[in-house]
Amino acid sequence: MDFFDRFAIPHPSPVIYASMVAIGLTVIAIIAGLTYFKKWGYLWREWLTTVDHKRIGIMYLISALLMLFRGGVDAIMLRAQLATPEAKLLDAQHYNEIFSTHGVVMILFMAMPFIMALMNFVVPLQIGARDVAFPRLNALSFWLFFMGAMLFNISFVIGGSPDAGWTSYFPLAGNEFSESVGTNYYMIAIQIAGIGTLMTGINFMTTILKMRTPGMTLMKMPMFTWSSLVANVIIVFAFPVLTVALALGTMDRLFGTHFFTTDAGGLDMLWANLFWVWGHPEVYILILPSFGIFSEIISTFAKRNLYGYKSMVWSMVVIAGYSFLVWAHHFFTMGQGALTNSIFSITTMAIAVPTGVKIFNWLFTLYKGKIEITTPMLYAIHFIPLFTIGGVTGVMLAMSAADYQYHNTMFLVAHFHNVIIPGVVYAMLAGLTYYWPKMFGFMLNERIGKWTVWLLSIGFLLAFMPMYITGLDGQARRMYTYSESTGYGPWNMASFIGAGIMAIGFALIVYNIYYSIRYASRDIGSDPWDARTLEWATHTPVPEYNFAISPQVASIEPFWDSKKKGQELFKGSYEKIHMPNNSGIPFIMGCIFFAWGFSFVFGIWVPLILTTIGIFVCMALRSFEIDHGHYISVDEIEETETKLRGAN
Amino acid sequence: MKIDNSLPLEYSTEENSLKVLGFWIFLGAEIMLFGTLFATYFTLVDRTAGGPDSAELFEIAPVLIETFLLLASSFTIGLGIHAMRLGRKKAMMAFFGITLLLGLGFLSVEIYDFVMYVHEGATIQTSAFTSILFTTLGTHGAHVTLGFFWGLFIILQVKKRGITPQNANKAFIFSLYWHFLDVVWIFIFSFIYLKGMM
Repeated sequence: MDFFDRFAIPHPSPVIYASMVAIGLTVIAIIAGLTYFKKWGYLWREWLTTVDHKRIGIMYLISALLMLFRGGVDAIMLRAQLATPEAKLLDAQHYNEIFSTHGVVMILFMAMPFIMALMNFVVPLQIGARDVAFPRLNALSFWLFFMGAMLFNISFVIGGSPDAGWTSYFPLAGNEFSESVGTNYYMIAIQIAGIGTLMTGINFMTTILKMRTPGMTLMKMPMFTWSSLVANVIIVFAFPVLTVALALGTMDRLFGTHFFTTDAGGLDMLWANLFWVWGHPEVYILILPSFGIFSEIISTFAKRNLYGYKSMVWSMVVIAGYSFLVWAHHFFTMGQGALTNSIFSITTMAIAVPTGVKIFNWLFTLYKGKIEITTPMLYAIHFIPLFTIGGVTGVMLAMSAADYQYHNTMFLVAHFHNVIIPGVVYAMLAGLTYYWPKMFGFMLNERIGKWTVWLLSIGFLLAFMPMYITGLDGQARRMYTYSESTGYGPWNMASFIGAGIMAIGFALIVYNIYYSIRYASRDIGSDPWDARTLEWATHTPVPEYNFAISPQVASIEPFWDSKKKGQELFKGSYEKIHMPNNSGIPFIMGCIFFAWGFSFVFGIWVPLILTTIGIFVCMALRSFEIDHGHYISVDEIEETETKLRGAN
Repeated sequence: MKIDNSLPLEYSTEENSLKVLGFWIFLGAEIMLFGTLFATYFTLVDRTAGGPDSAELFEIAPVLIETFLLLASSFTIGLGIHAMRLGRKKAMMAFFGITLLLGLGFLSVEIYDFVMYVHEGATIQTSAFTSILFTTLGTHGAHVTLGFFWGLFIILQVKKRGITPQNANKAFIFSLYWHFLDVVWIFIFSFIYLKGMM
């Protein structure tokens, strides 16, 4: 039985046992449902083996929404524990585990796939391409992300969750202080998902650089495509640093090396540096595509072209450059000296300049626009002031001398939620609402949608503004409780209520999807928002090949010009279209990676070696395989086009 | 499959030119990977915790042999690509074969070197310095090992299917990878070994 002991949870509680039962029942229900409705074949042919960027995008979207739920439950538990002084809802260990998984899940397994979802679905359509540069690699990226996320998520029922924070600083994350396998899960699950993300970065850089439709020069690309390009460049240069950091951390924990240990010459601060050399650019990987989404939405619903296109592009490029030069501001208090702190203080404050440029560009786009308040636009309008508050507190934190007061307090927690929620989460929800009709052929309900925005904003202010106050007053982050005499109680209760209101907002999104599936009109045409860029120029639902004829582009807003100035987008006649074949290998490789990661987490060496061989066998099979894809004939294209035109 | 005959075979289809660009971007990521390892190495190089330091550990002879073997292999793979462009299948396979044999020779000397280090009391667990030394060299060595099998598969495919646009593309990309490993080795040789022996 000794072998199985390692899989037990070190700190069990009734909630975790209940979760185990719930997970078991859900898995059984899914398997039974698929079998009963005979959907296994459909699932395999249409989804698990697909290489279509639109379907991969939708799979990312579903994963992101699931993880939003998981991370949200974590958040509610944290706020509930802190709502009253000396609460006994969670003990310190559980609290540690929950804030660690909340951070990792929300950033890496919710925000990242949400962005990947929109990038996958939208970018090839915006540049008039038929798919991404490497469709099969794209499928592999998704499955690696998905298996990484699943591996991370089983940690709390098998072996124990990571409990050293989402930053997993050493020596706390070392074997001495984190005895359970939780931190192994952290290192290996993120590694697997990170490799997938790196491949996405390479894939989308190549796609955007080489596969744009005729006439679309770099400076005629839509803003979301530009932001995706910049974000993917950051991915390619930041993620390898994470790969190394995680590999060194894994070796410290499993092979007895001394990179981050406190003995034998190890240097714990090295982890903090490596982590944030990746971690800070990561923040911009999240926020730049969000800015891109808001740019599209604000321009569409202000009925004006985007103000200052070139300055928008250059500000993103400058932000991307700066993002690699600010990492030490995450640990001003760790004693690297006044000179270093001053330099990082200045680079950090300097980022506010290009960001400010973007804020003003959005305001000038709105100025004298014929503003139409739809749900996506309402998100954008709420985003601008809320995000600015977050930006201003960011500049406060950037002052290294003052940071000694803010460091590791709730002030910091309030700041980064203040930029991530109105920045990234609002952008993703706005993008979801905006692109929903293109993805699924009907619109989400506007009335419920606007309720959602207001609830989220009110809940957000109530939840996070009090943290600025208690933070300045000295409430430390990551502390599982506090005494009544501190006076933090009422503020934390307000936060808890705010979090509850936000939870209602998120629940309304689910209800909105249900409501709209049942009642929304299916007769919406291919351009329901009267939009400006190419993704709206094709049919809804989008055919497999995206565009029957590659569009000819002469401006930044080709679709708008074709509608208003009568410029012809689709010149010429149908030709046969080359498309990639589906493949099961990415999914199978993902599964092997899952087994590989699981064996690695627990240090079970024989399966680890076997799965490693399995991964290389998959790569070798791919090398020897001949796969030229297939052609869609002119007849088939004509048939599809006639059918879709009839539907519109 | 549209083939543009005005371009070299490895660039001749759209898919091929996408793959070459994609691989260059991947090499950019690899530069970051090795760059991070080097930065970590320079941070930890003096943290020997009473164990052997670089001057005690390094010997010039095996390292020079490794360097000559790997640099020579970079030359032979260049000849292999040249032969490929001339359409000479046998010469190409021969040069690729020699390249891989040189790579194998490099790996044998590196493994010998590792065994020597362990005998002198420097294992991966000895100190921060030895941890990062073995990790940096090992990462490079693992790349060469992977490259060995990759190159082997390409030789087999060229043997079976001839110099097709696909095979030319694979071979060319593999040559980029192999040259890149050589560049990394030059940095290892200069900044880890030579500097460490001074």
